[in-house]
Amino acid sequence: MADAWTPKLDTYLDGELAGSEMQALDAHLRGCPACAADILNRVQLRRATQSAGRRYQPSGDFRQRVQQAVAPRRAWSPWRAWLSAATAVCVLVFAGLVVTYMGRAALERKQTFSEVADLHVATLASSTPVDVVSTDRHTVKPWFAGKIPFTFNLPELQNSDFTLVGGRVTYLGQAPGAHLIYQVRKHQMSVFIFQDRDIVRGLGSDSGPEKKLSFNLQTWRQDDLRYFVVGDASPEDIGKLVDLLKAAARS
Amino acid sequence: MEVAEERLTAATFEQLAMPLFDQLYNFARWLTQDTAEAEDLVQETYAKALRGFPTFQPGTNFRAWIYRILRNTFLTSRSGMKAAVVPLDEETSTELPAATPSPEAILIERSQQQLLQNAMEDLPVHFREILLLCEVEEMSYQEIAETLSVPIGTVMSRLSRARTALRDQLRQKLGSKHG
Repeated sequence: MADAWTPKLDTYLDGELAGSEMQALDAHLRGCPACAADILNRVQLRRATQSAGRRYQPSGDFRQRVQQAVAPRRAWSPWRAWLSAATAVCVLVFAGLVVTYMGRAALERKQTFSEVADLHVATLASSTPVDVVSTDRHTVKPWFAGKIPFTFNLPELQNSDFTLVGGRVTYLGQAPGAHLIYQVRKHQMSVFIFQDRDIVRGLGSDSGPEKKLSFNLQTWRQDDLRYFVVGDASPEDIGKLVDLLKAAARS
Repeated sequence: MEVAEERLTAATFEQLAMPLFDQLYNFARWLTQDTAEAEDLVQETYAKALRGFPTFQPGTNFRAWIYRILRNTFLTSRSGMKAAVVPLDEETSTELPAATPSPEAILIERSQQQLLQNAMEDLPVHFREILLLCEVEEMSYQEIAETLSVPIGTVMSRLSRARTALRDQLRQKLGSKHG
């Protein structure tokens, strides 16, 4: 099952292959089920390692000790010391809360992006990537009725480079959602739609173009729904699909 | 994290160094495998980094710089000296080893996280640290090379060996669990 590409799969996932090799391996993965399955194994191990590796948290007490040690020394005066003591308590408590909240939010955001990228890879590696196979949005959208607790609009794709391949029900953080697969030229992209119940903090209203596991990714919030678009297509193509989806949701 | 050409003040140091506190502690804890030692290591790293900050070159990578200080401090500590022996043959070879096919058992569920953590703990420290820098800190090969003070070729070969070693550890642990 190993072929010439096998030793490069990890480097590919690290996003460290040269541009031309990256494209060649992208193309190879679409035609080689063994490598696609291998990549999936590696992605899963990587994700598990990432989560197992973030194991230890410093205590608040220890953080404060180091913070005090590195804080710049300021000229001392008695009245300022009084004022500082009073405000410092408030500021520390507030800053502590903000830092903890932001740190957690950033971590959750990272994990969500990883999960979304994994869902995309896992689906493409599967022998039946979609449960409803159709290029017609009027077939795909009603298929989800009763399967997920919300509805959504899909864009008209005539006169665009995109085609709809089909859809399936998926889960993120135990919440059900729609997973649609689109194709542009030879690139397949996943669109995920979930209810935006703030289960994941730090995603923001619109992320703009992002990169995860060498995939391009964009997420935004619209009408209480959370959208993700992920794939190996260029950021421009991802951006075009995002614009089509946003316009369809507004209509 | 590149630092623009600016005055290197204590305030700048605090702004750059404190956001890395949680990650540096996690890394230190994995290296030392002991809470008290990890706290000493992080504290010493911050003290050394603050003292050495005037010599930090603006425009270079701060994260790699402070991780390098932490790692060098660890290597000169008693447990670091015991743990960190990198085999010579590994350092002289930049050739990538043949990749091991992933064992199907590697499909790890979250419930098996403890098993994976044990496998990571059992790795030699030079494998454990490079996996953490790559997978957990998501450093580029260039950043890892700067942190470990080794060429990029060594980063690639060591990372590849570390991944193979982790898979082997898992295979063994999964084997003994099911067997």
